[in-house]
Amino acid sequence: MLRPLPLLTALVLTGPVAFGLLGTVLPAFGLLVPGADAPMAEALAWPGLPRALAVSVLSGVLSTLGALTVAALILAGWHGTRAFRWLERALSPLLAVPHAAAALGLAFLIAPSGWIGRIPATLFGWERAADLLILNDPWGLSLTAGLIAKELPFLLLMMLAALPQTDATARVAVARSLGQGRVAGWLKAVFPGVYAQVRLPVLVVLVFGMTNVDVAIILGPSLPPTLAVQVTQWMTDPDLTERAVAAAGGLILFGATLVVLTVWLGAERLVARIGRVWVWSGRGAPERVSRGLGLTLAGGSAVMVLAGLASLAVWSVAARWSFPDLLPEALTLRSWDRFGPDMAVTAGATLALAGAATLLSLVLAIGCLEAEHRFGLTLGQRALWLLYLPLLIPQVAFLPGLQLLPLSLGIGPSVWLVLAGHVVFVLPYVFLSLSGPFRAWDTRLARVSGGLGASRNRTLWLLRLPMLTGALLTAAAVGVAVSVGQYLPTLLLGGGRVSTLATEAVALSSGGDRRAIGVLGLGQSLAALLPFALALIVPAVLFRNRRGMRHG
Amino acid sequence: MRLALALTALLAFPALADTDPADWPAVEAAAEGQTVYWHAWGGSTATNDFIGWIGDRAAQKGVTLKHVKLADTADAVGAVLAERQTGWDTDGSVDLIWINGANFASMKEAGLLFGPFAESLPNWRFVDTEGKTVTTDFTVPTEGYESPWAMAQVVFVHDAARLSDPPRSAEALLDWARANPGRFTYPQPPDFLGTTFLKQTLIELVPDPAVLADPAAGDYDEVTAPLWEYLDELTPLLWRDGRAYPDSGPRQFQLMNDGEVDLAISFSPGEATAAIANFELPQTVRTYVLDGGTLGNASFVAIPYNSSAKEGAMVVADILLSPAAQLRAQMPDVLGYGTVLDMERLPREDRAAFEALDLGIATLSPDDLGPTLPEPHPSWAVRLADDWIRRYGVAQ
Amino acid sequence: MGDGLRIEGATLAQGGRRLLSLDAHVAPGDVLTLMGPSGSGKSTLLSWLMGDVPTAFRAEGRAILDGRDLTGLPPEARRIGILYQDPLLFPHLDVAANLAFGLPHGGTRTGRRAQVAAALEEIGLAGFGPRDPATLSGGQAARVALMRVLLSGPRALLLDEPFSKLDAGLRDRMRRLVFDRARAAAIPVVLVTHDEADAVAAGGRVTWL
Repeated sequence: MLRPLPLLTALVLTGPVAFGLLGTVLPAFGLLVPGADAPMAEALAWPGLPRALAVSVLSGVLSTLGALTVAALILAGWHGTRAFRWLERALSPLLAVPHAAAALGLAFLIAPSGWIGRIPATLFGWERAADLLILNDPWGLSLTAGLIAKELPFLLLMMLAALPQTDATARVAVARSLGQGRVAGWLKAVFPGVYAQVRLPVLVVLVFGMTNVDVAIILGPSLPPTLAVQVTQWMTDPDLTERAVAAAGGLILFGATLVVLTVWLGAERLVARIGRVWVWSGRGAPERVSRGLGLTLAGGSAVMVLAGLASLAVWSVAARWSFPDLLPEALTLRSWDRFGPDMAVTAGATLALAGAATLLSLVLAIGCLEAEHRFGLTLGQRALWLLYLPLLIPQVAFLPGLQLLPLSLGIGPSVWLVLAGHVVFVLPYVFLSLSGPFRAWDTRLARVSGGLGASRNRTLWLLRLPMLTGALLTAAAVGVAVSVGQYLPTLLLGGGRVSTLATEAVALSSGGDRRAIGVLGLGQSLAALLPFALALIVPAVLFRNRRGMRHG
Repeated sequence: MRLALALTALLAFPALADTDPADWPAVEAAAEGQTVYWHAWGGSTATNDFIGWIGDRAAQKGVTLKHVKLADTADAVGAVLAERQTGWDTDGSVDLIWINGANFASMKEAGLLFGPFAESLPNWRFVDTEGKTVTTDFTVPTEGYESPWAMAQVVFVHDAARLSDPPRSAEALLDWARANPGRFTYPQPPDFLGTTFLKQTLIELVPDPAVLADPAAGDYDEVTAPLWEYLDELTPLLWRDGRAYPDSGPRQFQLMNDGEVDLAISFSPGEATAAIANFELPQTVRTYVLDGGTLGNASFVAIPYNSSAKEGAMVVADILLSPAAQLRAQMPDVLGYGTVLDMERLPREDRAAFEALDLGIATLSPDDLGPTLPEPHPSWAVRLADDWIRRYGVAQ
Repeated sequence: MGDGLRIEGATLAQGGRRLLSLDAHVAPGDVLTLMGPSGSGKSTLLSWLMGDVPTAFRAEGRAILDGRDLTGLPPEARRIGILYQDPLLFPHLDVAANLAFGLPHGGTRTGRRAQVAAALEEIGLAGFGPRDPATLSGGQAARVALMRVLLSGPRALLLDEPFSKLDAGLRDRMRRLVFDRARAAAIPVVLVTHDEADAVAAGGRVTWL
């Protein structure tokens, strides 16, 4: 029962990626799609390619550097302070907010006629909004800012989880006693260790920044769009041969991702070398400036995302609301009446899909971890890279192929295919969030229980899993949040028949009815947040009389 | 190897009908219990509500209607194509598509459509086949492969509170833009409304619009030269200096509501009234047409050759043609779409209901709408959009 | 030569419960040994001297180092070095960079290199500069940690049970090294320990908490 699970998990993680890439490579070189003779040449000849590629790379690299820098500055300057706890509380829920919802909120906030721009407009009585290209700017700066705001909580929480393993508190104490300031000491003594722990998540952020579709559609430029968005457009062009061009474009983007990853890994070495020179020099860091900057940027991005969500909420109950009014003329529940019932049905389907994907992922993850515990079976040395594989390959590079190949085997788009696709993306996150607590469980308890005559299955079901209730629920919440946010896999693998809150929200964003977007964005955010709330509440209720089960 | 088999199957398989559309009782009997997946653009919440209403009517006939909301109609074309390419010739995922123009032309040409069925629908007898362009779609004969359900005509929308005397010709628009830079834009081609703006302007600028009825050929550059000249002048005067465009029609309305632009283009005479009713536009918004007339066309529904519920899809197409549905579509607070029916052919009480309809404050009466200009051959739209993207759609 | 370390009216409390109070003067080169059961607040007192009291504790009183009131100064400005049970060498830096970590800014690059090389030689680890700290033995690592503190030029040295993890033979040699060095540098030392042998080796005043 248990022994084949690690292998099965490895197949779940690598199979779809490999198949999908194959299904992309073939048409890219003129096979599989008739009538497309030289798709690669056509994609390379697209006049927008240089700019689209440049914006993709730029927004990916800058957003990763930005999020990483702000997360590091915050931890360096404020970890252990009251301000930090406030920030952590404000940022954590943002992790679960789906990208599309966060981006839609931000878009209304920063547009020249948006909430921020309406403040001077009201004060000075402007009738017309300023004609400034803030949103959808040609170099993708607002896209970059949006990505930073959304990825910051992810990196911050990943780094926070890595701190105990790097002995951070003691190292900072030593560094400061040796005369280094708080920020300089943390950066010199702790950051390298933390970075080593969060390196793969950082690369995931980098790849996501370069290749995402939903955020780039909403915040990114359109003349031309980023390469990932253009590939998606080619994929859905009425001219049928364009799908082969899409495959070629996806491949180009994949190639660019590989190049950027390689450069990034090289840059890591360079930074490490510069860091050593810095250590040798004995120089400090501009402490006050870095602390102020870190707090301002992190606080600012939390406030922006939260205000964006608030604007979604206000739009969802707004009657007429024209420029430059700061608030709607009146409040009404009409939008909820109009879109609420459909949204609830879609939310039910979304959560059912998310629940199934999460359950499957949990079974695989627990199976693997238990197999590792019992037989020392692991996915091998490269297990971690394997887990991250589906997250490190751009979705637009393998999802088109993943749609085409099953079709050729007689498997049409269906909810089952979508479920399988979701598992590919949910499993890594579930595994990663469960593996720490699972491995940290005191295995002496298993020996005690074995000594009392309990079988290993009994120990797993009655001892280990119940004791890990909190971790299991958190992993499940992470899984649900990831599934709720999936846009491209749902769209492509479901052939449009499977609609979830994510596909509905992005479909609506092209129409721009902010009231509907407000209802849907809030629904999507709630669907992702609810499981986290349960993960916090359930163990607290379950173990209210067990002090030994409380953490921290 | 099955892949190779699938590939060889690509060229074969003509569209086959399972139930004869002419035998309507048989169609209705077969439709009962079927689920119809209607792939239709989901960007307009007003349209989504209307489709929901049609679903209620379909349910009365035992047909379950599911609206698959598309960001772009081409998504559905792509889905059918993918199925065709892999030999998925029955039980396909798309049953009904809201379609017209280039999408229809390419699907019809590739043999991806079921039919002919449209003229066998019972409600076809009410359709105005003479006065309205319902049997050709962008000059391509429909030949019963798609059924019309709404008439559309280009109108321009302005906020009378900010702009009382809007420009009524391409030249006037350019003059106005010179005086008011940054206050006009159009949806970014290849969005159909953006492409429509290009076609509308082209018709006005070419010396002889008759050439547009034929497929674009060797004279393309010569014919379109005045358009590009015009756009080269207009673009820097557009919203955001022409460095960004709204991605759809409703998004353009949002810009108007946000005070970012003063003028917008719409393909539905009643859309502005519906948008006012839904709080999406200020109450001071009005519509108008250009002095030289504006483009008009029809919206259709078509059934893919491999649909799993062709009979159910035909029942839905027929419901769309029913006087009740047509009346509802024309109500200004629902859709405000023009009807495809001929008033003369309708029973008296239905005609009375249409005549009693209050079109709303921002909707022009059929007389005020004036003459509709015929759509150019679809090849023009495709080349115009491609050309536009090449000229203005990638980094400048 | 400074005045050494003065602790005036130091009191530590946790949740309203008073843990300890202390008044002391440690002259340069002298050692003050603090002994007491776990939970008596010894280590917290050291944290207080470092300027880094955990939030659960409340501390009052003041510490004066060479005439300078430390109240309100951040840890990095206090110039107080500390050694823990674990050497806490930074694993991503080689041995030489670990030593260079505490060198005050200034001087030439070659000068700093030479300073580190000389320090390694002094603790019998000449040529160990490029080594990965993880490959050092316990005694070697402890010596590097000591030298790292001394190179930072501290005005006082705190020892938080620094010998307890070393095996017996090594422990004795390490004690001698640390106290000799501290005396040579003429800086006051505060030692917190469980081990009476530590107190004896330190040779200074012993205070029971």
